Amino acid sequence: MASREDRLASIRRAFPEGTGVAAVEGLDLQTFRVDRAVLPALARHLKDDPALDFKLLADVCGVDYPGRAERFEAVYHLYSVTHGHRLRLKVPVPADNPVVPSLTGVWKAADWFEREAFDLMGLRFEGHPNLKRILCHPAFHGHALRKDYDPGQRWLLREGEQDVPVWARDEQEDENPFETQVLNLGPSHPSTHGTLRTTLRLDGEVITDAEVEIGYLHRCFEKMSESHTWNQVIPYTDRLNYCSAMINGVGYALAVERLLGIEAPPRAQMIRVILSELSRVMDHIVCVGANLNDLGAMTPFLYLYKAREEIYSVLEACCGGRLTMSYVRIGGLANDVPAGFADAVRYLLHSIPRLIDDMETLITENRIFRQRTEGIGTLSAEAALDWGWTGPCLRASGVAYDVRKAHPYLGYENFDFKVPISHAGDTYARYLVRVEELRQSLRIIEQALAALPPGEVIVDDHRVALPPKEKVYTEMESLIWHFKWVMEGMKVPPGERYGYTEGANGELGYYVISDGGGKPYRIKVRPPCFAIFQAYPEMLKGHMIPDAVAILGSMNIIAGELDR
Amino acid sequence: MAQSTGRPTLPVAGAGQAASRQPDGSQTFLTTKLESLLDAARKNSLWPFPFGTACCAIEFMSVMMSHYDLSRFGAEVVRFSPRQSDLMIVAGTVTDKMAPVMVRIYEQMAEPKYVISMGACACTGGFYRAYHVVQGIDEFIPVDVYVPGCPPTPEALLQGVVSLQEMIQRGQTNYQRKVAALRAAAGK
Repeated sequence: MASREDRLASIRRAFPEGTGVAAVEGLDLQTFRVDRAVLPALARHLKDDPALDFKLLADVCGVDYPGRAERFEAVYHLYSVTHGHRLRLKVPVPADNPVVPSLTGVWKAADWFEREAFDLMGLRFEGHPNLKRILCHPAFHGHALRKDYDPGQRWLLREGEQDVPVWARDEQEDENPFETQVLNLGPSHPSTHGTLRTTLRLDGEVITDAEVEIGYLHRCFEKMSESHTWNQVIPYTDRLNYCSAMINGVGYALAVERLLGIEAPPRAQMIRVILSELSRVMDHIVCVGANLNDLGAMTPFLYLYKAREEIYSVLEACCGGRLTMSYVRIGGLANDVPAGFADAVRYLLHSIPRLIDDMETLITENRIFRQRTEGIGTLSAEAALDWGWTGPCLRASGVAYDVRKAHPYLGYENFDFKVPISHAGDTYARYLVRVEELRQSLRIIEQALAALPPGEVIVDDHRVALPPKEKVYTEMESLIWHFKWVMEGMKVPPGERYGYTEGANGELGYYVISDGGGKPYRIKVRPPCFAIFQAYPEMLKGHMIPDAVAILGSMNIIAGELDR
Repeated sequence: MAQSTGRPTLPVAGAGQAASRQPDGSQTFLTTKLESLLDAARKNSLWPFPFGTACCAIEFMSVMMSHYDLSRFGAEVVRFSPRQSDLMIVAGTVTDKMAPVMVRIYEQMAEPKYVISMGACACTGGFYRAYHVVQGIDEFIPVDVYVPGCPPTPEALLQGVVSLQEMIQRGQTNYQRKVAALRAAAGK
């Protein structure tokens, strides 16, 4: 099913004109405006028709248009791994009755995404099994992403008002408390790396039920981005997945650049590739190292962290920041890399593989490690797609979907690298895939460094880029552009884009909407680990408490990206 | 012995008049207040509880790792149980949802206890002036040392720990001042 027309024809066969499915032209993705009533039937058709095969529900979000007759819009982004095509569905929702049929029966992934749209936008998903707030705390009033909500309006949560799973509350009143036990894991627990909370129901040591509570690091990224100019959003993107800050900024800049119809200069693109892949290495190092650390192997983390520290020094030389870099600009980069950059990266290419080898010697064939991870937390390819998984976790379940290969950007099609996959789908497979990706990323860096062209690092267009400082002091026109750029922000033409890149955890999507002003109208991040983490309770069942720690570490849940 | 702060400090070998020495230079005894001796012990064996929530927690990891190595300053025994620790390092953004958890953990820590607020978010909310973010953890718990930065460099956190050690020796931490005030009130 290659073309847009074929997909349209297939949908039209089941839903002819006049049945509430209307094609919308002129957007980046093939888009349909869908009536609420036919949404579940259409979703089922899109998923089950082999010619369409939209097995992956990438994202669900709500958008608020206060001026419109039907104020809200529920937006769905779908992807087909087999055909490599995308689709967007828009469902208009009136303000007086903001009800949308739930798609949890079609895609499991819809569960948390719909809860998020309910929490932040106030859309009620009819038929959702557990429709309650997910990011904001239970004492919160109102829906924060509505345009009439004041960004600074806080509500305090008091001790004792936290959410407890229904079955856990019943458990406390159970007449025979010795049958099963409820255990609270987190949010402050060494294995949760911050801010995740899992409530477990135990029968002896075996987990029979689990529920996850997130939102402990909900920092209101999307609301903040609506009150800042396009370039001011970049520091916020750095703090989404802070283990690999550069990748987030690049993804955001690419989405906005596509909206602007510009492209960064070749040198900037190549530097973006090098630093993105270094960031991916850093991210996988923290994931693998912390996972091993949680399992009781402290030494590999010390080895791997040495590599991280060496990468930090290169990043610091480029932009002054170690962790959160703010190095990307829309249209290029903040400044060129310093002299000696190539040599410093070459040194990394020489030193990091040795550290990885050291780590692998200790761990990969280690009997204790294998016993603790093989067959633990297994998820089939079909289930993983249904949960909306992408990235290394999906590849460990046997689906070779990598955005860098499937939809190359920044010239990834020119690099020779492999996409490692495993068919086991367990914790050990996720470890192996990540370790191999470390090596593949280093291969990409090596090729990119050899092909690094000379030239500018930001587009020569004063509507997008800040004029150079020396010109601001000497040329009237540059001074005016500088003033306008700083005071009003860059203007982005009205429109919308769904930009997708391969983050360290999987497909990192930015759904960007502009109304032509100096600030974004709406930015929705499609965070890869949000989809990954919602499968966690399901995966725990039948395992033991130590396995819960092993599985959690292998999923690489970064709270900044999960809760935004 | 009294310094400008009005509190006695632990004599340093070779500098204190109170230390009596044998002819071969070895020290036999020294005089000090028990409290000062305890403070000296406490400041050199801080047991941090990493209340890491966000990006700063990653930089906290860097501080613990071999390159920066907080153990050089006697504070490497990281404990994830509040009962076993006396220094709470709040590293990262604290949201309104997390605040009750933070307060409860702080209350569970054994006294004397100290708090370092690491990073702009923990100090002031940082650039998240938003509907779900605590605008500085001192809304909820007393803070001894504020370490600025987003995130602070490892050196900055090391300096924060050293500053806290100096404060403990001088009796300037929130906990020590609270105890001193209670004693003064009881003495009246």
